Amino acid sequence: MYIVIIGCGKTGSAVADLLSKNGEDVVVIDKDNSAFNKLSPDFTGFTINGDATEVEVLLESKINKADMAIVTTEVDTVNSMVAQIAKDIYEVPKVIVKINEPDKATIYNNTDILTISPTDLFIDELRDRLAKDDSEVLNEESLT
Amino acid sequence: MKIIIVGDGKVTYHLIKNFIAKGYEVSVINDNDEYCDYLASKTNALVIKGDGTNPYYLNQSGANKADIILALTDNDPDNLYICQIAKSYFQIPKTFSVVNNPDNEEMFKELGVETIFNTTKLISLLIEQRVEVSNVSNLISIEEGRLNISQVILTSDSPIIGKTLKEIDLPHDIVFGCIIRDEQILIPKGDTKLLEGDKTLIITLPEKQAEAFEVLLGE
Repeated sequence: MYIVIIGCGKTGSAVADLLSKNGEDVVVIDKDNSAFNKLSPDFTGFTINGDATEVEVLLESKINKADMAIVTTEVDTVNSMVAQIAKDIYEVPKVIVKINEPDKATIYNNTDILTISPTDLFIDELRDRLAKDDSEVLNEESLT
Repeated sequence: MKIIIVGDGKVTYHLIKNFIAKGYEVSVINDNDEYCDYLASKTNALVIKGDGTNPYYLNQSGANKADIILALTDNDPDNLYICQIAKSYFQIPKTFSVVNNPDNEEMFKELGVETIFNTTKLISLLIEQRVEVSNVSNLISIEEGRLNISQVILTSDSPIIGKTLKEIDLPHDIVFGCIIRDEQILIPKGDTKLLEGDKTLIITLPEKQAEAFEVLLGE
């Protein structure tokens, strides 16, 4: 699969390493050249230094030929713009966006863009664990 | 009419003043303390301090009842986001955005922003025009740009050379202020004849300026 990753922060670099290790063709874009230092030495994909809200930069990554775009910058409005360009203009089949502030996720309602919110994931996981702890406590209590 | 502006700087300030003078209800969202204090002390706008891309602050600014939103920040992704959330979440009928990167104009259009001000393109265009047609110069703008006084030097191919003011078919909203001929100042009358090399001062509305130059220079 040909995958374009926008943003090479903690999330983007880890995702890039993972997908590259899995044998996918990966291109990572970041406007800060030093961000690419986070990639592992085994990363076999390409890097592009530039602002992904500029169309030339996206075209340089051949986003129009990508099977998937993963948008992971720290700025929600940038993510929203890039994701929409990828989906609506370059018709990338699968576009996945990281949500930094859950309040700003409403923009993706009624779109084909997939979202992942680390905050919501944390809350869900925490809720599950608390529920599990409660039930374990209950089980222990019922055993005695 | 209720207008929300997300923006900063002098443009935002003057727009607020103009809109309020016209009787519109204006809210402005900005995340800078000092700027907000300034606006609050100098204008009658409802000033909301906060992140204009956050639906919470948009709601506080009265987005549910707004007729128009203007996204005037220097950040294109923010401007796009503001217009889209205004339209999809608050159903604001009219969305206006500035684009800072000229290439984003088409993109914004495709992504549903109604009216786009491509400021970089506009300014470059103005500068280009000025550089190319040096016999035209804008002297001053009054009332924050609602009236222009410009100087046009008549060249040999100007179609009005040798004609009197009476004979020129001058569009409405354009006034001949005065003519400077060989350092002499002439206050023009209907029978004043125009000669090559005359410096004419014309008073126009900005939107009629191109038309005026066409009549005077024949381009």
